[in-house]
Amino acid sequence: MSDVIVAGRSPFEALDGLSMPGLAAAPDRTRHVLRGRDDIHSPAAEVLGFALPTDACRAAGAGGRHALWLGPDEWLLLTPAGERVDKALAFAIGDAPHALVEVSHRQVGIILDRPDAAQVLSVGCALDFDLAAFPVGMCTRTLFAKAEIVLWRTGENVFQIEVWRSFADYLWRYLVLAGAEFA
Amino acid sequence: MLLITCPYCGPRPEIEFAHGGEAHIARPQDPSSLGVEDWTEFLYMRANPKGVHAERWRHLHGCARFFNALRDTTTDQFVATYKTGEPRPDLTAVTA
Amino acid sequence: MSGSFRTGIGGRIRRERTVRFRFDGVTYAGVEGDTLASALLANGVHLMGRSFKYHRPRGVLGAGADEPNALVEVIRDAGRTVPNLRATQVELYNGLEARSQNRWPSLAFDVGAINNLMAPFIPAGFYYKTFMWPRKAWDALYEPVIRAAAGLGHAPTDPDPDSYLNRYAHCEVLVVGAGPTGLSAALTAARGGGRVMLVDEQCEPGGSLLSEPDVRIDGLSTRDWIARTVAELNANPRVTILSRATAFGYFAHNMIAVNERLSEHQADPVPGAPRERLWQIRAGEVVIAAGAHERPLVFPDNDRPGILLAGAARTYLNRYGVLPGRRVVIATGHDEAYRTAIDLSRAGVEVAVIADLRPRPTGPLVELARALGLPIRTGCAITGSKGGRRVTSARLSAILGAGKLGPPDEIACDAVLMSGGYTPSVHLFSQSRGKLRWDEALSAFLPDVSAERERSAGACRGVFSLEAALADGATAGAAAAGVAPPTPLRTTAVDAEPAGVIGAVPHDRGPGARAFVDWQNDVTSKDLKLAVREGFQSVEHVKRYTTNGMATDQGKTSNINALGVLADELKRPVEKIGLTTFRMPYTPVTFGVLAGMARGDLFDPVRTTPIHGWAVDQGAVFEDVSLWKRARYFPQGGEDMEAAVRRECVAVRNACGIFDASTLGKIEVVGRDAAEFMNRFYINAWTKLGIGRCRYGVLCREDGFVMDDGVVGRIAADRFHVTTTTGGAPRVLNMMEDYLQTEWPELDVWFTSTTEEWAVIALQGPKARDILAGLVEGIDLSQEALPHMALTEGQICGVPTRLFRVSFSGELGFEINVPASHGRRVWEAVWAAGQPHGLTAYGTETMHVLRAEKGFIIVGQETDGTATPDDVGLAWAVGKAKPDYVGKRSLARPSMSAPDRKQLVGLLTESPETVLQEGAQIVASLGLKAPMPVIGHVTSSYYSAVLGRSIALAMVSGGRAKMGETLYSPAGSGDVPVKVVGPVFYDPEGARLNV
Repeated sequence: MSDVIVAGRSPFEALDGLSMPGLAAAPDRTRHVLRGRDDIHSPAAEVLGFALPTDACRAAGAGGRHALWLGPDEWLLLTPAGERVDKALAFAIGDAPHALVEVSHRQVGIILDRPDAAQVLSVGCALDFDLAAFPVGMCTRTLFAKAEIVLWRTGENVFQIEVWRSFADYLWRYLVLAGAEFA
Repeated sequence: MLLITCPYCGPRPEIEFAHGGEAHIARPQDPSSLGVEDWTEFLYMRANPKGVHAERWRHLHGCARFFNALRDTTTDQFVATYKTGEPRPDLTAVTA
Repeated sequence: MSGSFRTGIGGRIRRERTVRFRFDGVTYAGVEGDTLASALLANGVHLMGRSFKYHRPRGVLGAGADEPNALVEVIRDAGRTVPNLRATQVELYNGLEARSQNRWPSLAFDVGAINNLMAPFIPAGFYYKTFMWPRKAWDALYEPVIRAAAGLGHAPTDPDPDSYLNRYAHCEVLVVGAGPTGLSAALTAARGGGRVMLVDEQCEPGGSLLSEPDVRIDGLSTRDWIARTVAELNANPRVTILSRATAFGYFAHNMIAVNERLSEHQADPVPGAPRERLWQIRAGEVVIAAGAHERPLVFPDNDRPGILLAGAARTYLNRYGVLPGRRVVIATGHDEAYRTAIDLSRAGVEVAVIADLRPRPTGPLVELARALGLPIRTGCAITGSKGGRRVTSARLSAILGAGKLGPPDEIACDAVLMSGGYTPSVHLFSQSRGKLRWDEALSAFLPDVSAERERSAGACRGVFSLEAALADGATAGAAAAGVAPPTPLRTTAVDAEPAGVIGAVPHDRGPGARAFVDWQNDVTSKDLKLAVREGFQSVEHVKRYTTNGMATDQGKTSNINALGVLADELKRPVEKIGLTTFRMPYTPVTFGVLAGMARGDLFDPVRTTPIHGWAVDQGAVFEDVSLWKRARYFPQGGEDMEAAVRRECVAVRNACGIFDASTLGKIEVVGRDAAEFMNRFYINAWTKLGIGRCRYGVLCREDGFVMDDGVVGRIAADRFHVTTTTGGAPRVLNMMEDYLQTEWPELDVWFTSTTEEWAVIALQGPKARDILAGLVEGIDLSQEALPHMALTEGQICGVPTRLFRVSFSGELGFEINVPASHGRRVWEAVWAAGQPHGLTAYGTETMHVLRAEKGFIIVGQETDGTATPDDVGLAWAVGKAKPDYVGKRSLARPSMSAPDRKQLVGLLTESPETVLQEGAQIVASLGLKAPMPVIGHVTSSYYSAVLGRSIALAMVSGGRAKMGETLYSPAGSGDVPVKVVGPVFYDPEGARLNV
């Protein structure tokens, strides 16, 4: 499935060139939701190459793979397009109760990378983006205007956004309008 | 907009949450063994107090967990939040 | 009017920059830095509006947010007409066009002023008493006339072309008000290193200091001190200063709503540029430095143009370089008016007299006025005024004691400047639910017990002296930021005695005299007294009966005086009467800023499926289903919906149809207890459902009523692919999580929404298998390998698929689930492969007809939240052997199986062409007159092309026992007879499914 989005269609195609500096579609990814209790932590770490983050709202990663804490028993696994970890994970976790569901196509990634990224987000998101309140490496589900998103800060001025595909058009338009006042 | 402290994620804006009705009303283990009055009591009767109320909330657009909260219905202020399954906090201990 | 009232020097205006504007069609000149009010006053225009009820001519009363009289409409164009602006807050720009309100045909001659002559007949509560009956007259006469006469200004006629912005902000300390107290608080708080926001409603920071040119703070002029302070704040990257930004609402947990006006003050805003921005600021600590409002004096005829607040007059002089008149009478009960007298006198205005209600006023300001030789009468009441559109004289009487007044004296003047003292602005504090206390010495309510992490400072908590207010602000800012307060600043300000007067000024004018308490709503002291005499005791009742304080100014100038009048009349102290509730907004805000960016394209997310673009290309007509756009039908060659749907239906039944079912909710239920969870949750039995098999699932709420339905496929022993209705997906997922997390946490099962992971292509019709055959790999499509209600996994067009053999049409059918990104490509491949077979695209309307022909229900159409599974013919789905499932106990209640419950039936009209109205009622016999007993209603009704007649589904009381009976559906054209039949109209044996 390395050609997932390449061969398929991106929900951004209808956006007609609507753009702004620092706003881009994220590269293709393979995505899974991993659910389970404490007994999946160490087998998952063996497969992923890093420990699943257990602190609330924190992401961890290595070698291009990332796990985002979304809830106390819920992680969003992001791996490079086509790099599938599901079978290895299922094998490693074995009999420990868990659920692994692919969501590669459910959502799309958007990267907001500009010096005023936090301010642009503050147009539609009620969270505090001060680095003390939302440090680099923090990730969380939240709302941007009327769209639910997963927001992940990967740099002081860099945010990765995961959004369900049917909300992507709305979110993109909103961000472009939000960014317009900082132009 | 209220600021609600999710027991997992910390203080977050109200719009991320969904209200879930009164807390600590356990579904009976064997509903079919209940008489009409007991079932009606479980299904429909709620305390609706003026003052501190134990109620369920869900951090819907966050960690998606249900949790319980003590909220003062006269002021809308949250007194305490705690995880599902934990006992209702003793308010005298909370305020002390 | 005699020439310009502009002074030669002074003020914060730029005299060299002339600004031309129009008011009520007349062109005037002002200068840069003016407000509309100051510019009109400079032109000698005091008459700026008419009052709401009596249409009395009114001049400007104040100089800021508290203005009750000078309400204007500012007109840019048909889409940008803003009513109810206070002229005192409208910044002047070149070409500004403003119009007074509440007058017709003109401000000078107003027909509505007849109300003024009728005033003796329009007392408090007049509307309540007079327009009670006859009832019919309300609709025909009273309401239209009242509506025509009432109202403040006009709404714009065109859509608002402007844009509005939104911003969430967070800070450690928010300071509201950038007067001396607020500046001092922000400066101190900023030294703590946290984020500080300072918001102020005016065009520049400074507040009352903008009207204090002569005082020195810390050795600097006020202008320089403001500049130095603002510079230090601006140099701090952690500080944000917002001007033209009104904190209008204080919400729970220190959330403050601020309306920032971005382009209102500009002559030519860039087209499309944002007009206002809503800030929602969450503050750790709030310092309220909102200042105080001056109180008018309540005396007869106190509402003539030319009578204004003394402090406002001083602001016009010192900030705008405008004289309120040439010969003024100062009427006061407070020291501050002496400042006005002194400054005006120095500016060359003749102070005819200072009439002070107090018998023995003392203090430095009084002494200064005496030293300047200004005429002062102490123990003197103002008891009236004369003049038409401008005051020409004031009537003064000595107060002799014991309610007696001396003989009146008429003093000629062209302005009366009054002051009863200052009322702390406790609006925001009160909105925050803080408790107030009455301070007898100050005659004021002051903040007492805070409900939020908040502190008031300066004049809004009764600290009026400039030096004390600066220190109070510093202390509050320091406490909010957790730093030590700085050394207090020294000033050269001369302090006033803080105490003033409240209530009505004594007079000897007889019962006809009108002393206004609330200018904007035309409430007089007599109205308040009448309310008390009629039995109203509670201040909240008096407020509603008289409408005192209920106008757009929120009683900023009137509340305390009203309390004073009530206290006198009720013979009760003010603190026992209490204050009415302050509500947001502090000053009116536009609908635009509340709507913000949620307009047009961004009003709501418009959700589209991966196949949406194809449907658009085909000219589909769409309908909204929750937030989704779904193709409703695909018209060809100018077809209307009826024609298109008939063609689409026939094509599905005779050949094959293709339908985008991607919006169906999908939830993956995974875990070793998945089957156990499904068993407890849905009414059906699941444990015996084989892997690769599907079942139609029905979900009830705990009260036993149908909530949702959908096909559920078992992918693996521990994995179910659950589908829900399009609109029901979030509800069902939430309910699953609710039961799992709070009732059955011991179960090892998890839910993941996969609605958008899969595009779903429904292929329905006898040719469906033939079309699919060439596209799938590794899938045996035969009836034996993949029978009805089976599923398999494999490949289609080179991508993975979950292929369901299901049918919502009654035909041989498949639902092809493919990863969403590939949905369009697979759809197009199926479309191409189907062309030789007559494949036809169909929409939701045809889907509805096809399922109705088969008697399949739609949750939310046949059900309404009060239908049990048995009511809609789904009793067969219940896993009767299960000890428990959600809703089971409720369904066991006797009333849930009562024979007269509404049950799903089919209805056939006598005439095959008659299509009943959905929602039409069903009655038992012919010719009943309303209100008649209704025994049911039509839930679905269509023309069935394949049957060549109309069909309908209905919920009818005891319907299943009425088979073959004739009932009636009342319609406009008469009762339509209908025959009760079973709900399955087409292929009742299901022969077409199992092929």
